Amino acid sequence: MIADFRHRRAGLVGLAFLVLTAVAALAAPLFISAEDLSAVFAPGVPRQAPSGHFLLGTDAYGRSMVAVTIWGARISLTVGLLATLLAVGIGALVGVAAGHFGGWVDTVLMRVTDWFLVLPVLVLATALASVLTPGVGTVVIAIGVTAWPTAARVVRAQTLSVESRPYIERAKALGGGHWHVMRRHILPNVMPLMLAQATLTVSAAILTEATLAFLGLSDPTKVSWGTTLQLARAVGAVSAGDWWILLPPGAAIIAVALAFTLVGRALEQVLNPRLQERM
Amino acid sequence: MSITVSAHPGSGDAAAVPPPSGAASVRRRGPVIPLRYAAGRVAGALVSMLAVVVTGFFLFRVVPGDPVRALTRGRAVDAAQLAALRHQFGIDKPLIAQFGDYTARVVRGDLGTSYQYKTSVSSLIGSHVWATVYLVGTATLIAAFLGLRIGVRSAWKHGSRADRANSGIALVLWSMPTFWLALILIVVFGVGFGPIPGMFPTGGMSSPNVHGFFPSVWDHFRHLVLPCVTLIAVLYAQYLLTMRATLLEEVGADYLTTARAKGLREDDVRRRHAVPNAMLPAVTLVFLNLGTAVSGSILAETVFSWPGLGSLFYEALTVPDQPLLEGLFIFFAAAVVVINLLAELLYPILDPRVRTS
Amino acid sequence: MNDVLRLENLYVSYKTAAGPVPTVRGVNLALPAGGRLGLAGESGCGKSTLAGAVLRLLPKSADVSGRILLDGEDVQTMTWGRLRAVRWAEASIVFQGAMHSLNPVRRVGDQIAEPILVHDRGVSRTAADRRVATLLDQVGLVAARAAAYPHELSGGQRQRVMIAMALACSPQLIVADEPTTALDVMIQAQILRLIGELVAEHGISLLMISHDLAVLAEHCDRLAVMYAGRIAEEGPAGEVFADARHPYGRALAEAFPRIGDAASRRGPRGLPGDPPDPAHLPEGCAFAPRCTFAAEECRAAEPALAAAGEGRTAACVRVDVVREAG
Repeated sequence: MIADFRHRRAGLVGLAFLVLTAVAALAAPLFISAEDLSAVFAPGVPRQAPSGHFLLGTDAYGRSMVAVTIWGARISLTVGLLATLLAVGIGALVGVAAGHFGGWVDTVLMRVTDWFLVLPVLVLATALASVLTPGVGTVVIAIGVTAWPTAARVVRAQTLSVESRPYIERAKALGGGHWHVMRRHILPNVMPLMLAQATLTVSAAILTEATLAFLGLSDPTKVSWGTTLQLARAVGAVSAGDWWILLPPGAAIIAVALAFTLVGRALEQVLNPRLQERM
Repeated sequence: MSITVSAHPGSGDAAAVPPPSGAASVRRRGPVIPLRYAAGRVAGALVSMLAVVVTGFFLFRVVPGDPVRALTRGRAVDAAQLAALRHQFGIDKPLIAQFGDYTARVVRGDLGTSYQYKTSVSSLIGSHVWATVYLVGTATLIAAFLGLRIGVRSAWKHGSRADRANSGIALVLWSMPTFWLALILIVVFGVGFGPIPGMFPTGGMSSPNVHGFFPSVWDHFRHLVLPCVTLIAVLYAQYLLTMRATLLEEVGADYLTTARAKGLREDDVRRRHAVPNAMLPAVTLVFLNLGTAVSGSILAETVFSWPGLGSLFYEALTVPDQPLLEGLFIFFAAAVVVINLLAELLYPILDPRVRTS
Repeated sequence: MNDVLRLENLYVSYKTAAGPVPTVRGVNLALPAGGRLGLAGESGCGKSTLAGAVLRLLPKSADVSGRILLDGEDVQTMTWGRLRAVRWAEASIVFQGAMHSLNPVRRVGDQIAEPILVHDRGVSRTAADRRVATLLDQVGLVAARAAAYPHELSGGQRQRVMIAMALACSPQLIVADEPTTALDVMIQAQILRLIGELVAEHGISLLMISHDLAVLAEHCDRLAVMYAGRIAEEGPAGEVFADARHPYGRALAEAFPRIGDAASRRGPRGLPGDPPDPAHLPEGCAFAPRCTFAAEECRAAEPALAAAGEGRTAACVRVDVVREAG
């Protein structure tokens, strides 16, 4: 399977980029100090176009855009991953339960899932986030609560196909309880596809995080790509045409979201040969 | 050794058809939308509506907090005034009673009164809805036309350079935050960037002081361009990628080989066989993606100050204006439920396989 | 030449990421006008590829060389326009798996009428519909069935529709690719009888492809057995079935016993092993790994098709040993 993945160039490029980003985000504290990110004691003149000293210019407070963009990866990636963990966690629980128990459990769970899928995600996430206090945790919860239905459906479909295999019947006949069957047989088989789905969810989560932050529902003191853009608009950088404040965070979001999407799609193709034609 | 090869229906035959006379009456018309199917879907939609109403209530009251305090922040009010306000908004009653009141009025169409505008939420929605329909409708039509067509061509020639380019562009657009695209469009086309002068207005639906029919139409058009392009970008990518995936499932189908063997041109094989089969899920896709369109409209309207439901939603967020948020949530969700119902009712008309089941 | 179909040195290889996969390796076949030729073999031996090649229906990844002569014209060198005119009007195909070979969202009557309307621009819709009704009648279906969708019909009925469709433009040749796979045994017999009768009635040549040697023996004049992309044996149908010269032909015949046939008294015997992977064929004779008569000389070089009796050929160097084994 890993050999298959190696053949998919798009997925490899995506993966390489993500590794690079992760390294940059983790290593950021080593070369970006607190002063670089201080709003009050910023190192540069506010809203300056790119120059020799500040390669990507400065933001609304005077901080280097390079520093702000790299630092922003930390929040954006953290939120993306945590929210996905939450979403896929809930989704997996619901999906496996629905697929394994069947009957009215399945019907009820699927009705709920379908209904969540119907709601416009952003409306729900925004409404939820508006009710809770603005902050990073809120954003994580809002995304997690709205992104689980897709994962649930995928997991349920996979569970159903695994359940129909003969060794499951044997396991049950041998007296394996529900918990045992789910843990030892269903979960390992469902994991790979769940991983592919999770990767795609991270992509959506990062986009949603940026959007929620832009709408003012995140913590403005935390530097993320979304809050940077929100700040830019708030201080009129947009109507003034300060493109260097807008470009780096946006490009970063696009690149990371795209990378996750490419990796996710490559994983899907590897796991489901029927999809191989699709890319 | 001659065996009568008569009209012996095989086992498990379909329902007997009375043989009409003549070749022309061979076209039989059955019920296009089976009644049970339609009734089932409508019942499902009603349940969803109920869920929307219930969620609308609890979603905005899940957090213990005092909306009255939030409203009166920074203003000197005494306990008696607070109590009066609470009574006015009906939040001094127990939760169950509140839910009862809420359900009773929602069913009547009364979505409460906005804190900031002091007018009924329903009337606010009514006055803003057409601007959103105008924007989202135009964008959806253009995005669907482009996305579905290019998706079909990409899938038909999949693996080619054109296909890879189109898919690549679509993936990039799909990974782009809507609001960011809006901001960039403002900077490049609204304000002017380098040699490009500011060409399009960046706010509102029309300018004041524009008189006459044609200047007014032109002015409206100029205001529509940027927000519309923003919405089109995201929807286009969605439609293209999904249509391409759907058609790719059909591309290897055996019945296409049969069609070619019969001597049809490639274009006809695609147009008469592949596309109609792929259109079925594609059409429902356009309907079901209304959620994406709604989300996109919230952002586009906010950035471009377009006077529709989206910017209304954003303003409600900033206060926070709970009745307005609640009303808009119910409205958006209900609209999506209705559109989905229409899509489900449309399906049997397009796919005969669903009719008999 | 009065051969309605001639395959001369046909090679078909598929281009894959792992390299070329030879599926048909030097096949020579001739089908005289009005004749009925059966092509037998297991799945993966290349017979469906052969069927597709006749009307140039193979995907772009297929590399075809050799000549495919349809009534004297090489299909490979035809112009696109000529090919489209020839398709269905001179040769048509009854595909296996009618459920997937018919368009699920169009009425079967429309699908049968389609080639008529494509090939005869002047014909009116009503005239085409009349012809559809006639065709349906010929295959034993009520004319009203034309209004049905494929999923509303039973397996046997769908296959009859496929046959009616194949007859639509009155072709000279019909290629029946596994026409009865996935049908009940009783329906199979009906369908095969139907094909046999229609073909005789209209003077159409038939190339029938199947893995069931007994069926082919009953409905064809001549029989060719295919293994790993090559013809293993060829000759008069009854003789090849009753007394195969090639070990594989023998094994295939024994797999499908006929009640009352003395030679089948021993009952069906399976063949050990699996068909070879076309991408990794063994040295020498492709059948040697599974052959009970294999010897050193078999693994040295791939045997060519050689005479093995009156009007019979077999690609085996141990033909005499096989004959003695009875």
